[in-house]
Amino acid sequence: MKNRGKQLIWQNYQKDIADDHFFYVRSCIRQNFFPGAETTFLRILKDVLNKDVYDDPSHTTCTGIGYHTDIVPLETTMTVVARQFALMTEKGYKNFIPSCVTSFGLYLEILETWHNYPEVLEKTRSNLMLATGRSFVLPENIVHASDVIYKFRSEIAKKAKYRLVNIHTGKPLKVVEHIGCHYAKMFPDKSVGGAEFPRVLSGIIEEWGGEVIDYPERRHCCGFGFRQYFIKANRGYTFSSVKKKFDSMSPYEPDLIVTNCPGCNVFLDKGQYVISEQEGIVYSRDGYGIPVLTFEELTGVVLGFDPWDIGLQVHQVSVEPLLDKIGVKYDIQKKYTDKNNRLLGKPVKPTLLKTL
Amino acid sequence: MPRIAVIGGGVAGMEVAFRLSQLSFEVDIIEKSFILGGHVHKWQKLFPDFTPAHQIVDQLKNQLRDKVNILFGNEVIKAEQENTKHILYLSDGTTQVYDAIVITTGFKLFNANRKEEYGYSVYPNVITSSELEEYFQNDKPIITKENRIVERIAFIHCVGSRDEKVGNRHCSKVCCITAVKQAIEVAQRNPDAEIYLFYMDLRMFDRKFEDLYLQAQTEYGIKFVRGRLSEVSEKADSRLFLKLEDTLLGKPLRLTVDLVVLMVGMETAENSIQLANALGIPVGQDNFMLPVNCHSQKNITGNRGIFVAGCASGPKSIGETLADARSAALEVYSYLNCN
Repeated sequence: MKNRGKQLIWQNYQKDIADDHFFYVRSCIRQNFFPGAETTFLRILKDVLNKDVYDDPSHTTCTGIGYHTDIVPLETTMTVVARQFALMTEKGYKNFIPSCVTSFGLYLEILETWHNYPEVLEKTRSNLMLATGRSFVLPENIVHASDVIYKFRSEIAKKAKYRLVNIHTGKPLKVVEHIGCHYAKMFPDKSVGGAEFPRVLSGIIEEWGGEVIDYPERRHCCGFGFRQYFIKANRGYTFSSVKKKFDSMSPYEPDLIVTNCPGCNVFLDKGQYVISEQEGIVYSRDGYGIPVLTFEELTGVVLGFDPWDIGLQVHQVSVEPLLDKIGVKYDIQKKYTDKNNRLLGKPVKPTLLKTL
Repeated sequence: MPRIAVIGGGVAGMEVAFRLSQLSFEVDIIEKSFILGGHVHKWQKLFPDFTPAHQIVDQLKNQLRDKVNILFGNEVIKAEQENTKHILYLSDGTTQVYDAIVITTGFKLFNANRKEEYGYSVYPNVITSSELEEYFQNDKPIITKENRIVERIAFIHCVGSRDEKVGNRHCSKVCCITAVKQAIEVAQRNPDAEIYLFYMDLRMFDRKFEDLYLQAQTEYGIKFVRGRLSEVSEKADSRLFLKLEDTLLGKPLRLTVDLVVLMVGMETAENSIQLANALGIPVGQDNFMLPVNCHSQKNITGNRGIFVAGCASGPKSIGETLADARSAALEVYSYLNCN
């Protein structure tokens, strides 16, 4: 592979990422499945990068899940999105950063719709005013939360406690980067790096010492696909997609998968349990599977945050083998305890997939 | 003696310049590079009869010898018109006055980087049809960048042609038959190779083209699949993994190959639009120059005394280009004799 070719492509897909003063909107999936990830992101921005970021407790779902499963009409979705922008406006912010990739895509889609059909924007303004008495200004800068980490990747590298290097071999960790479909496939020019060879995560991984694996099914969806998973009869599509991806990446023996989309993280992490139970396959030699981290979690790890504060204990695939490779110190006794050291209970062991 | 400028020294420019010199006009070829022959100069053999390309270029060069003035390394910077005279300001700082101009600026090859999903310039074994010609400089087997003999190869038709996503609705016309020719040349060098051509339509429009297409199938076992490529990835062993659709069966298809050849189409030449604007010539939606009438006045532009020939007015084969160039020479002759 010629990196020069990729660099040429990346040159065409660069964008302005605001430097400070962010209005943050959470992800329905991320805050439920990996609740430590968003807390970690806010901690990184506030405490490590000294940025001003506002996490508004009044904001709601963007309705993306409902929209993509056809149970929320577009007009309603636009009004809800308008309300998020109204909250941002009321708090005096102009830079909007969603945690969720599907939300990011949906915000872009709606902004594009409003740009091309100003009468729809006016109708939405009217709907929001009638429903809530609120008005809003469009964001000046809207990027995904992973874009912000990408922007400050060098600064984070300087402050990092660990690098993505196997301390036992001295070699870079082999990392699979998985980008959510709605990050770049809908609006490639609103991404870092485009849809074919996205740069947002690969740039972070390389900056922190890892080696990115370019495997054949790299572009393939994680399998979530909304209708594929939410319609029970279609779930075979979801897990056949998961299996397709793991069959394709496993010959490279990756040490880690990093995602920027909450849904992808769920299906690549918990999907390994499903595949192991259904197909009797585990995609790593040690039997523990391939750890899957969100970009916020990975950032927290390299910065030396306690893995259990980041929330890595809620992952299906045990992260300890990865932490051991990086050299992260952790207290295994605290994995399943709360902040008062009370045991929260331990998850049931899978049949085949080994866990710690 | 009337002076004529021929802008572009490819095969169209060389032929029109020669024919005009035969008609006793004083002719300058204004060529931006330092060689004649344009794209044909880089080609090894020509469809449909495998004529060595250099024979055509050499013949045209020999015809020109001592009859035509060639201004190498020159481009038109600015153009003005005074009555029937055309004043061209050239990049070497000189100003030339002509009685007629023939535009033979030809085409440029589609930049395959624009089809990012095909991985050109990312995966070393994804090459263009133009680059494959370099492999044909000798009769040795075709090998990959890792020096592995090619055992399976895929030709992808219509790369940058008939593709609205990249802004090109037009057909580049010669890529289909070029792919058939190149596939046969690969089969001759790598007789055990599996060769696949993935096409939208096969446009075998000219004499002997269908024969070559049949020969490719019956004599060389080349497989033609009506299908479109979705994306290219690289496997750990550097072979290429293709995701395609067989559009006849309506089914997805996956294929691992050693080499992918992108049949890159034609686009209007670099700076052609600026030149057209400078000379007051309209261009079509495809950005190629528009003659007054595509049937009976194919070489005449809307601006008096300015003519067009060859691929400057749209994709053409070499035979068509040469015929078009002769036609343009006659139009210039008629125009100058009427004035």
